[in-house]
Amino acid sequence: MTDKPSETQIQKNTADPVNWVSNYSDYLFRYAITRLNDQEQARDLVQETFLAALEKLEQFKGVSSEKTWLTAIIKNKIIDVYRKKSSGLAKNAETESADYDQQDFFNPDDGHWNVQHHPKEFGIEHEDHLISKEFQQVFQQCMQKLPALWFTVFSMKHLDDEGTEFICSELKLTPANFWVIIHRTKVSLRSCLQKNWL
Amino acid sequence: MDPIKKIAYNCRQATYLIEKQQISSITLKEKIELKIHLMGCSICKLFQQQSMLINKMASKHFADQHKHISLDTQFKEDLQQKINDRLHKN
Repeated sequence: MTDKPSETQIQKNTADPVNWVSNYSDYLFRYAITRLNDQEQARDLVQETFLAALEKLEQFKGVSSEKTWLTAIIKNKIIDVYRKKSSGLAKNAETESADYDQQDFFNPDDGHWNVQHHPKEFGIEHEDHLISKEFQQVFQQCMQKLPALWFTVFSMKHLDDEGTEFICSELKLTPANFWVIIHRTKVSLRSCLQKNWL
Repeated sequence: MDPIKKIAYNCRQATYLIEKQQISSITLKEKIELKIHLMGCSICKLFQQQSMLINKMASKHFADQHKHISLDTQFKEDLQQKINDRLHKN
């Protein structure tokens, strides 16, 4: 790399944008793709993050590491994507169709499992440290089938361990909506595993 | 339907409480309802076991799934070029 920032720039903010791509681009890409499940979008966000960071280099105080600073920027961008998704997708057709599938699981009158949807043993309940590659593949396929809004809620909870209030306010969900999504996601995911594993 | 029977039979409500309990707290009344339900419902007991397994698998899935993915070289070079251009402009 021939383009080194001038000495004064390094001293002022201790940021080193010339090496951002080689130091952090793959890390940020993985961070985004894990949360968005979308390669294109994750790439775009990495680029947007670096360009946005360049615009506000003077705000980088060197208190946190560059990596932490850049991660905070991409995290905000991911939440923006979530927000757009949740307003656009709350009424999206795929959510509706998954909702519809769900009606079948329980008897609408008394809430009992419908016979054909009874949970059955996977045969691996007691050996979770030994879970096979095959089962993990089925798991991945089933995760990918989740409607985007459900996936978003699920990943905010289980990956970033965000608080329920935070998730509700960011995605503009009521607590009642939130718990319904949590419940339906799990019932669907479990059912998908059973269908594709047994 | 009498209230106990209603609790004993409502698997939708029981699985809802199972999910809620894993993330947040449920009320004492809900705890008792769930306990009564699970005493008599092996299907929901299995659901609970599998639900906890799924949560564990989810953490693993999120950690492992994209562990080895990286951006392609061309994209990185273009991005580096863009950054360099902006640095020079300032």
